[in-house]
Amino acid sequence: MMVAPVTPKSWYLPSKPHKFCPGCGHGIVLKALGEAIDDLQIQDKTVFGCDIGCSLLSWDFFACDSTQTHHGRTTPVMVGIKRSRPELITIGYMGDGGGYSIGSQHLLNAAVRNEKVTLILVNNTNYGMTGGQMAPTTLPGQKTETSPYGRDPEETGYPTKGPEFLAEVTPEGAYIARATVSKYNQLRRFVRNALRNQIDGNGFSFVEVLSTCPTNWRTNAQQTWRFLEDEMEQYFPVGELKSPFGKGGAK
Amino acid sequence: MRNVIEGSKKAFITGNEAVAWATLVAEADIMFGYPITPQNEVMHYWTRLAPKHGRGFLQTEDEISAGFTVCGAVQAGKKAFTATAGPGNVLMQEPFGMAEAMRLPLVAIIQQRGGPSSGTVIYSQQEVTLTTFGGNGEGHRVVYSTATHQEMYDYTIKAFNTAWKYRFPTFVLGDGYQAKMREPLDMYNPADKGIKMVKPYPLVGLDGQIGENREPQHLNNIYSLEEELYDAVLEFVKDYEAMTPDVTEYSADQCEDADIIILSHGVVSRAADDAVKILRSQGIKAGSFRPITLRPFPSQELRNVISNSNAKTLLIAESAYGQLDRLVKQEIYGETVNIENLFMPGVGIIDYDIANKVKSIL
Amino acid sequence: MSLVKIALAGEGGQGVQSVAEIIAEAAYNEKKQTIYIPNFGLEQRGGVSIAFIQVSDERIGAPKFNKADVVVALSARAIGRTNIYSDENTLFVYDQGFKVNEDEFPKEAKKIIGIPAIDKANQELHPRVFNVIIMGAVIGLTNVVSFEAAKDALENKLGHKFEKNPNLRELNYKALEIGLQLAEESLKEGVAK
Repeated sequence: MMVAPVTPKSWYLPSKPHKFCPGCGHGIVLKALGEAIDDLQIQDKTVFGCDIGCSLLSWDFFACDSTQTHHGRTTPVMVGIKRSRPELITIGYMGDGGGYSIGSQHLLNAAVRNEKVTLILVNNTNYGMTGGQMAPTTLPGQKTETSPYGRDPEETGYPTKGPEFLAEVTPEGAYIARATVSKYNQLRRFVRNALRNQIDGNGFSFVEVLSTCPTNWRTNAQQTWRFLEDEMEQYFPVGELKSPFGKGGAK
Repeated sequence: MRNVIEGSKKAFITGNEAVAWATLVAEADIMFGYPITPQNEVMHYWTRLAPKHGRGFLQTEDEISAGFTVCGAVQAGKKAFTATAGPGNVLMQEPFGMAEAMRLPLVAIIQQRGGPSSGTVIYSQQEVTLTTFGGNGEGHRVVYSTATHQEMYDYTIKAFNTAWKYRFPTFVLGDGYQAKMREPLDMYNPADKGIKMVKPYPLVGLDGQIGENREPQHLNNIYSLEEELYDAVLEFVKDYEAMTPDVTEYSADQCEDADIIILSHGVVSRAADDAVKILRSQGIKAGSFRPITLRPFPSQELRNVISNSNAKTLLIAESAYGQLDRLVKQEIYGETVNIENLFMPGVGIIDYDIANKVKSIL
Repeated sequence: MSLVKIALAGEGGQGVQSVAEIIAEAAYNEKKQTIYIPNFGLEQRGGVSIAFIQVSDERIGAPKFNKADVVVALSARAIGRTNIYSDENTLFVYDQGFKVNEDEFPKEAKKIIGIPAIDKANQELHPRVFNVIIMGAVIGLTNVVSFEAAKDALENKLGHKFEKNPNLRELNYKALEIGLQLAEESLKEGVAK
């Protein structure tokens, strides 16, 4: 007998089953986010913004007010909402392309200004929706549609380490972390901390989440997990890089 | 909101300052902007006045962000605006497009400068095409082209009402001359003139409890199927056409017995009015027509003026190379009146420029 | 041959576009005029996937058309999406394995044909070659290309996979043949609904 999974209250059931590919990490991230929203009881005052790319498939994912923006422009739209209605909890959801490439200008400056928004960036080392092109976080040697012979760092630089540079440029009060879909409880904890940081009015909060894309990686289940855990997590260290909360985490 | 201006105030100020005061009395909540000449002073005045009246401001990292932060703020139900020019206007076409697609009451003041590219920081009428039909949409926007400081003030107030009533991005199209010159105007509270300001309302962050007394709002600007987009665009067309008679504005002077009609917009229309006076004093029967809204363009009104007039010729005068000319021709297709041009891209036009051109034609 | 218009529709990931490409390629190799245009939604997997193929001896005009000669729906959802391309001259084909909503069938069709392609794939071959069975069926129903040309085009596209695993070649060719048979049977019997 099929048992329906327990879904967060803040999920919008009419849009399920969702449109992400089998094996995609987005479903896991959005579940952690949904559980955090429920736990913090902010469903009614959350505004959720998504980028263009696979993240756009989350535009009707939550039973929260949501707005789909342009590629790379989720950050400024969330900033505009937060600056004009500070009582709302703004969550910007984007991929590694939207955040570290076309949207990097906005991400960097929002961080420097310590904007009180929460941004969640799902890093699967490629541009998924457009068919698997190279992204800022593509690993050296990794083959993609626009690096068919493997990424050459001499030509195209090394993968962007977003949380590391954001931790450098943000003032006190910011929360910067990197999580992975392979460690769900930690992911949920980091996302909850990031939201808590906004609720408490401390400052900018950002969580990069290492995630999977078997469709464009062209990997089977085993290969997918291996790439995530053995390669990505080695290159991009997981943990909290900056946090106003102590060891116990946010309350 | 307490009254920004006590009673009516006569002022001798720049256009940029007039705009800043107008946005204040129009109850704008927040401005997002980025420096670019010749509109910087709008920000300078706003940043000084806004805190005294509890309004917000953010200088963003570029114009793209300025446009998108405005989009966010209006979605959240606050009256937000921005100002820009030239290359900044080019960058803002991306967020303006989102405002068209999502029917956001965005207000932007454009102070045209020379183009293309960096052009000059001084003046032009070369952002007509961009402001009326920029971006990758169908130009479902309202564009007011002002000629005097009084109009910059009046139409900035009106722009907020037009935007929040009809939900098309609304522009006040000025230029570098209007931005920087000083001339007298009367500043007032809209209520004192019987103007009711439309109240803003949110599209996200609504009151109430989701699931109990309201549904979650899901806003988007992308569709999966061609047919969905087609339906959406045709809805915009329907609303735009319904709005057109209420919003269209123009003025016409002495066209009925004219032999030639001078057609111009914005600050050039002042020179056109003077040219008509000069020509008439010399026995030449000239008239003038001025679209005040470039979008929606007063096409039927212009057609009526043409058919009720003696004139066999229209002289289109602009500080650009054909942007107004193209707009007019598309709007009055089928009219057989002869069309002549006075194109002075990026250069100010004076009454004698127009009068001499008229004489050379007739 | 006069213009033949084919619409194939299914879920993203089923191989609708791959099949369309192979058919178009085969037609091109037989020196016919052919146009193939994909139409899809945003997702990489799932979502709408429709392919429009036209084959003719004469130059072909617009890439899209109003009504098809053959429509093949590879998923239950695709039936509702493609019924608009069917008129009284259209062969409307779907898989008998679907749970179908009767309302979604086209109001007008020359014949509505159910073929057991999914069952054949699952039981006799492999679920992965379901789309190749469909390809065989399309060719059987329209004769836009010869069996040989189809096999060659299939080899072209999938040859590198066949090198690694020669069984796949067998499997795919078998699938093609089965598709052809299904088409023949359905035309004879006039199997409807």
